[in-house]
Amino acid sequence: MSTHHLARVRHTAPEWLFTIRSLRHSLRDGESLLLAIVLPVMLMLLMTAVFGGALDPTGSYVDFVAPAIILTCAGFGASTTSVYVANDLKSGIVDRFRSMPVRASAVLTGHVLASVLRNLLATSIVLVVAVLVGFRAGGTLLDWLGAAALITGYILAITYLFAAIGLAASSPESANGYGFILLFLPYLSSGFVPLESLVSWLRPLATYQPMTPIIDTIRALMLGGDPGNQWIWAVGWCLAILLFSVILGSWFFRRRTRR
Amino acid sequence: MGWVMEYAIEVRGLRKSFGTQQVLHAVDFHVKPTQIFALLGSNGAGKTTIIKILSTLLAADGGTARVAGAEVGREPERVRRAISLTGQSSAVDEALTGEENLVMFGRLRGLGKLAAQRRAAELLEEFELQDAARKPLRSYSGGMRRRLDLALSLVLRPELLFLDEPTTGLDPHSRRRLWKIIEQLSRDGTTVLLTTQYLDEADHLADHIAVLHEGRIAAHGSAAQLKSALTGQSVQLHDDAGGLRAQHATDGSLRGLRDALDGFLGQGLEGTVALYSPTLDDVYFEITSRSNTVTGQGEQR
Ligand SMILES: Nc1ncnc2c1ncn2[C@@H]1O[C@H](COP(=O)(O)OP(=O)(O)OP(=O)(O)O)[C@@H](O)[C@H]1O
Ligand SMILES: [Mg+2]
Repeated sequence: MSTHHLARVRHTAPEWLFTIRSLRHSLRDGESLLLAIVLPVMLMLLMTAVFGGALDPTGSYVDFVAPAIILTCAGFGASTTSVYVANDLKSGIVDRFRSMPVRASAVLTGHVLASVLRNLLATSIVLVVAVLVGFRAGGTLLDWLGAAALITGYILAITYLFAAIGLAASSPESANGYGFILLFLPYLSSGFVPLESLVSWLRPLATYQPMTPIIDTIRALMLGGDPGNQWIWAVGWCLAILLFSVILGSWFFRRRTRR
Repeated sequence: MGWVMEYAIEVRGLRKSFGTQQVLHAVDFHVKPTQIFALLGSNGAGKTTIIKILSTLLAADGGTARVAGAEVGREPERVRRAISLTGQSSAVDEALTGEENLVMFGRLRGLGKLAAQRRAAELLEEFELQDAARKPLRSYSGGMRRRLDLALSLVLRPELLFLDEPTTGLDPHSRRRLWKIIEQLSRDGTTVLLTTQYLDEADHLADHIAVLHEGRIAAHGSAAQLKSALTGQSVQLHDDAGGLRAQHATDGSLRGLRDALDGFLGQGLEGTVALYSPTLDDVYFEITSRSNTVTGQGEQR
């Protein structure tokens, strides 16, 4: 038995150690990883090849739909966060971290950061596939940086929301169920079809839900158009979702780890 | 620290209820530094509850608990720096390999990357897990997982170690090996509080044993003290099938033995003679079968 003793200076932030841990989880979780890659490709091909012709015979439907597919896939990729978080609570490992001189909430930060990195990768894959099926980019470098920032912000916000759902859920299975509902939101927006083509009772919902300004802004930036003041709504929604999730998440985290 | 603490753990009047169910009524005990202290008690007696309170995971409703000189409710960070906990159910990362788990815990404890890797290798060897070091924990057997769970608590030698049923699910070989490790830790200066359902384990390992019953410490002392508090030895007469035919209490002296034998012969009994000393099992059953109206038997207070 060696003679280390517990009092040590900490060199590495636990957040970083937990991010590495969560990235390892993503890599080992073969099915989720495969889905995270296959789903974007499938969705892109499905939308452009099957519906594309009918929706826009000129063939530019891919330009229209790419942002929605990016966000749909990001939402899907982020949703596994709720299951990871719920699993950690259930397995007792969070309690073990709590008994150590470590910020136990760093476990959540680790899951969130890993999810952001994972989903940025998935987003790159969607973009590559989009270009392969005929996506014609417009916009300046600055526009693209703006789009990238907004996509990252959206991924961060929705990941945090899923983390909060994982903390609120009573089991990993129900966490999975709650998360599923959120994944339909992009379909009820301006992402896949123009707002005007929706049935009238759906139009107000689609107009005022967060996905519409976010998708419109990303689309405008990527194609070199003018997002108008939609970008303010887009950024505002991302910040609002993030703030809401952080507050809700820390409340639930305190509740679940109450002494 | 410049002074020597009198007690590594000091628990006074500890109370805890879950809803309307009062689990701990008034628990008092103390553990001296470097002692191995075993907490016994039936299922649901509250052993895990005590360990959770002492390791800052659960707040007590009343009473005081000091661990390594710090009060658990007031200075949880100080307590956490002194302790290591292996809980009753495994809390390991199933997706990581044994080695990755150990390195992660080492780094969380503040070791650098290389030091953490070196320590992981040492522990894998000590707990005979080298062959499984690179396999994810999902593929581990229950006993292997348990061993890793214990190793994770030892990445740095803790001042105080809490082990909640550490050897449940271990094969006899691994159990012996773990006993050796615990004894060595205690010799090196670690205080150990463990719970167990194996009375022979408490008998073999613990310097001090406490029996938790109906929310209180019903008896405590060394294994020898607890046994001698019972009626003492007896001479037993068994029939050929091994059944008990008669018994006679004795003080263990030559004269006492002769009195017992004379007694049997006087009654015209025949059979095989055996000298019986009470075991920790007898002590345990005696204590846990008492109802709370007859407490005060223990030498506590
Ligand atoms: N979080 C909780 N909520 C409600 N009741 C609880 C909780 N934790 C423990 N209990 C109850 O408190 C009592 C003591 O539980 P505890 O786990 O401390 O027992 P134990 O002595 O460790 O038992 P075992 O030998 O089975 O591990 C039990 O009746 C249990 O049902
Ligand atoms: Mg228990």
